[in-house]
Amino acid sequence: MKDEILTIKNVKKFFTTPQGVVRAVDGVSLSVKKGETFGLIGESGSGKSTLAYVVAGIYIPTQGSIYFNKQDIGKGYRKRSKYLKKEIRIIFQDPGSSLNPRRNIKQIIELPVKVHNTFKNNHKNQRVEELLEMVELPINYLYKYPQELGGGEKQMVAIARAIATEPSLVILDEPTSALDVSIQAKIIKILMDLQRRNNLTYLFITHDLSLMRNIASRVAIMYLGKVCEVANTSEFFKKPLHPYTQMLLSSIPVLTKEEELLKPQKIVPVGEIPSPVNVPPGCSFHFRCSKKMDICSQKDPEMVEISKTHIVRCHLYKKID
Amino acid sequence: MMVPLLEVKDLYVQFSVFEGELKVLNGVNLKINEGEKIGLVGEAGCGKTTTMKSILRVLPTPVARISKGEIIYKGKNILNMKPSEIQNIRRGEITAIFQDPLTSLNPVFTIGQQLGDVIKYASRYQDHLDKKEIFSKSVAALKETGMPDPERILNNYPVQLSGGMRQRVCISEALSTNHNLIIADEPTTSLDVTIQDQILRLLSKLVEKKKMSIILITHSLGVVRELTDRVYVMYAGNIVETAQTTTLFSNPLHPYTRGLMNAIPRLTGERIFEGIEGRIPNYLYPPTGCRFHPRCKYSTKECQEIFPLMYDTGNNHEVACFLYKEELN
Ligand SMILES: Nc1ncnc2c1ncn2[C@@H]1O[C@H](COP(=O)(O)OP(=O)(O)OP(=O)(O)O)[C@@H](O)[C@H]1O
Ligand SMILES: Nc1ncnc2c1ncn2[C@@H]1O[C@H](COP(=O)(O)OP(=O)(O)O)[C@@H](O)[C@H]1O
Ligand SMILES: [Mg+2]
Ligand SMILES: [Mg+2]
Repeated sequence: MKDEILTIKNVKKFFTTPQGVVRAVDGVSLSVKKGETFGLIGESGSGKSTLAYVVAGIYIPTQGSIYFNKQDIGKGYRKRSKYLKKEIRIIFQDPGSSLNPRRNIKQIIELPVKVHNTFKNNHKNQRVEELLEMVELPINYLYKYPQELGGGEKQMVAIARAIATEPSLVILDEPTSALDVSIQAKIIKILMDLQRRNNLTYLFITHDLSLMRNIASRVAIMYLGKVCEVANTSEFFKKPLHPYTQMLLSSIPVLTKEEELLKPQKIVPVGEIPSPVNVPPGCSFHFRCSKKMDICSQKDPEMVEISKTHIVRCHLYKKID
Repeated sequence: MMVPLLEVKDLYVQFSVFEGELKVLNGVNLKINEGEKIGLVGEAGCGKTTTMKSILRVLPTPVARISKGEIIYKGKNILNMKPSEIQNIRRGEITAIFQDPLTSLNPVFTIGQQLGDVIKYASRYQDHLDKKEIFSKSVAALKETGMPDPERILNNYPVQLSGGMRQRVCISEALSTNHNLIIADEPTTSLDVTIQDQILRLLSKLVEKKKMSIILITHSLGVVRELTDRVYVMYAGNIVETAQTTTLFSNPLHPYTRGLMNAIPRLTGERIFEGIEGRIPNYLYPPTGCRFHPRCKYSTKECQEIFPLMYDTGNNHEVACFLYKEELN
């Protein structure tokens, strides 16, 4: 498809540890369209960050390929051209650790502007101020250091730094999950404004389904390194197909009766998420699945296209040819 | 009137740090009745854990100082108890589940050794239990929490378990004693929604079955709504609102409570959620008057100067905000 900005094809990323091989990402295929917010949801350890790092070039995939605007980018960060480094940016979960404590805010935001030379020298200061304004931080913050800032403000600085190069694809790895809800709301608002103004594409990772409902155009669910379901957001919440998705949705604690009504019928979660070192044979969800059949413990299901906008990986659904 | 099981009265706690004195708890009041499930909610740093540690008398000395207040448990002030008395309270009356189960489990002992100790102590006034009995009681305690394969788990060390499993071990420990009150400090914050759901459901069921009381500390209003009878909302070291859970969710009064509710993304996806401007104050120089006034859009001169007391709006719904003073007069 021509409006695809990012295409991930059967990507695997394994880590070798003393306990054995961790199959952190185990054969993921996804595509992200220009200008959309693609939501990637999954429980802790499901491989979301690992996939994000692979796309950002921080990890080289064990297998599979990744394309950015049809260009192969699966060779790692060092092999990436300056152009690619400018176009694809990442924002991390922990707002503190990604900012150098010895540099002030001006120096932090200025660096990518300088490196990528997106602005003429005499416009550089203006650009830094403009970026600060975009994330709604006051100008007098230019000469503050990260330690003087609150968690939310640090994340704003990280956002300003990421968009400083005028990227087209931004990977957001749980940008608000370390922050309070009162601060999260503001950051989300800024991110949505920035997207509209700068025509950004977001690969947005979170484990907060209610948040995803509000900001994503499409959603994918990961479980133990694999994708279980991909759909348009409204379809995903209206008609979740995978038993795991149904269990997730029915477990969200909500605030009102209206929200309660939108949740699928209660599925009481049971069992533990198996370790990614000893992924069981068959479907990795079968231990916790309320609809488990014999085949589920033997054969890993394949992706089935239910409609053009909805795919699911579960034995309950059959390919319609 | 019912005598509460535990009552925290006008509690002030300070921490001495290099820069000066952090005036954290600023007159906290809360009570819990026998068999009641209460929720304590608020942003990070508002003083939830400090309140819990005050009750358990585990605040770090000499950094922390309780300058005023009482904590009455079954008619006795915990703050005046001798070390041996407080030890008995912790071992037999009030127990805690901490946010990170790794910090409360000892890494060098197996789960079986740790759980066994707790069970042995709990039965100290009854017959002496032999090894076999302790083992079977441990297995039963883990089974009760839905732990898969409990016999194997007893031989494991804490690091060999997942976060959800560790939290279940802590819950088994808390429940295998005959304590009256459990204080659970964000017991599921580090866990996933499905595991969170599993654990909270279990905790709630077991607390009911054993007729215990629970203080559930969390920053998730959704969790509180599903599991508690009464809510206390905390902001910067003060309880700013309290009501029956259903009342609070249908009719939040304090601007901070309303702000919190508006900040939460909804599953309906129809409403743009908005945050609360500003951030929690620096406890070295907390604001005068109402501590929320710098972030409040209804702030008046009165709010800046005078500390608002709790107004009872009827129906057991109390709020510390001058907005409701007029209404009541
Ligand atoms: N560098 C590494 N070496 C070994 N194992 C790793 C490494 N990075 C990740 N893993 C393992 O890969 C799996 C997936 O981890 P990942 O960080 O991608 O999960 P995640 O979905 O981002 O989780 P969270 O929600 O907790 O951030 C986990 O089991 C993790 O322990
Ligand atoms: N041992 C300590 N020394 C200094 N400050 C502390 C200590 N413990 C807590 N505080 C401060 O007290 C405030 C409240 O903390 P806490 O009770 O842990 O909040 P919560 O549990 O609501 O997140 C915070 O500003 C925190 O930094
Ligand atoms: Mg992660
Ligand atoms: Mg705490």
